[in-house]
Amino acid sequence: MLRDGATLPETEVGRSVVPVADANGSRRIVPHVRVEQLDAFFGAVHAVRGASVELHDRSVTAIIGPSGCGKSTFLRCLNRMHETVPGARVSGRVLVEGTDVYNGKVSAVAVRRRVGMVFQRPTPFPTMSIRDNVAAGLRVMHDVHRSRRAVDEVVERALRRAALWDEVRDRLHSSATSLSGGQQQRLCIARALATEPAVLLLDEPTASLDPISSQRIEELVYELRSQMTIVIVTHNMQQAARVSDDTAFFLMGELVEFAPTSQMFTAPLDERSEAYITGRFG
Amino acid sequence: MSAVGVTRRRRVTNRVMVGTTYAAAAVATIPLLAILAYLVSRGMSAISPDFFTNMPRPVGEAGGGMANAIVGTLILIGVASLLGLPIGIGAGLYLAERRGSKLTALVRFLADVLNGLPSIVMGIFAWQLLVRPVGHFSALAGAIALAAMMIPMVTRTTEEMVRLVPTALREAALALGYSRWRTSLTVVLRTALGGIVTGALIAMARIAGETAPLLFTSLGNQFWSTSLAQPIAALPLQVYTYALSPYDAWHAHAWAGALVLVGIVFVISLVARIATRRRYAAGD
Repeated sequence: MLRDGATLPETEVGRSVVPVADANGSRRIVPHVRVEQLDAFFGAVHAVRGASVELHDRSVTAIIGPSGCGKSTFLRCLNRMHETVPGARVSGRVLVEGTDVYNGKVSAVAVRRRVGMVFQRPTPFPTMSIRDNVAAGLRVMHDVHRSRRAVDEVVERALRRAALWDEVRDRLHSSATSLSGGQQQRLCIARALATEPAVLLLDEPTASLDPISSQRIEELVYELRSQMTIVIVTHNMQQAARVSDDTAFFLMGELVEFAPTSQMFTAPLDERSEAYITGRFG
Repeated sequence: MSAVGVTRRRRVTNRVMVGTTYAAAAVATIPLLAILAYLVSRGMSAISPDFFTNMPRPVGEAGGGMANAIVGTLILIGVASLLGLPIGIGAGLYLAERRGSKLTALVRFLADVLNGLPSIVMGIFAWQLLVRPVGHFSALAGAIALAAMMIPMVTRTTEEMVRLVPTALREAALALGYSRWRTSLTVVLRTALGGIVTGALIAMARIAGETAPLLFTSLGNQFWSTSLAQPIAALPLQVYTYALSPYDAWHAHAWAGALVLVGIVFVISLVARIATRRRYAAGD
């Protein structure tokens, strides 16, 4: 289950030669999401095996690997979506901004408000207008009461950040399902951004889109990384190379290698990473 | 056999099968058309504005109507829906959202049994439970018996409709920080609403014509009454009473009452249709 017995996460990442923050956080790159010995199960299936990694603040981490390697499951453990599947179990720690999301006192609902998520297929709420879709996450945040006008401002800002505002500004009250697939996906990103998450998880966000829509999403990811931590699961290695700062390679549930993207795609340390990246399998 | 022969045989078989399904479809509509034609030919003569606004008259007096029975049926449908729909929709939501648990399987099985229960049994049961202890018949007892018939129908249609809502939509709501119950109520239920409304309207149409559950509960009433605590007139009961009577004038009224009843069911079904169509239009 554990790769080298009681390996500490630092050693793990150290092996892949990434500068890591020490306890004082004095280094250039600050860990924002820290995963320690994460195991995830579906019933008897061991989907993620002892993964430990530190994801850096304001950077994009791409997760690559063949189908069924556990990369989506890993992603879904970061915002506790994994446990919504019947029979699913998780062990290990996931620290987001220093708080373990699997600490018994932390509610999954609170975690998901800090860690936004966008899925493979666009999932606009079909009964809601474009505006109400973007505002959907705000409605369940009871910390502050927002006036209609304040909500409109949040909606506009989120749509602008998702590069969708100009296309929908005249039809905010029409059905979200009237948008094209690419627009719907950007709407979902705007919906996730509206609640100002610290981390944004993207689970193959361009898998169901045409090349031009995919490119727009990639540009968007590139722009957003200065504002938050982004983790993107992708099947497309060119995409991983284009948008990410770091890349994690999963194989059969195991986190094989985590390295800066430039290094991963030119000189991976693990021969399995190299075999996958050069297209010898998967 | 040559290739050409096989092709021809296929073509003939195809035509025969298609023709058979057309014929079956045509035969399936015959009973409805025949009933409608017969009702109109026998009942139309007694239908006039008076029929909707006047009370029944004693034998021998001309005219009169079924105002009390029409209003009574509407009250019974309304109260039964008020009682049955929330329970049915809630139970359906439970069945769809708690898939796989033992209790779910049990509730679903019981709902199916209840759905197949003869309505006369429901009537006797309601009488035993609601009429006998109180000592008199009441509209409320009838409405409760009808509600009990609606619940399993609405439960099962709601379950089917809720299950059609893609898991991806549930996940999207959960990932936004929605709690489970909030996801169910605001996202899932709202998405399935069109289908649920249709199911509810079909259930209302079904109970509108039920006679057996009302025989020993709301009983029927020759006088004007809108009180839930008193016996109340209802179209199916009135039709039943009038059809069994020996008087020709009452027979005509029975036909007219049946026609009005079919009209009510028709209107409810039409509304159901429009509700469904609107839902799909919004989905485009």
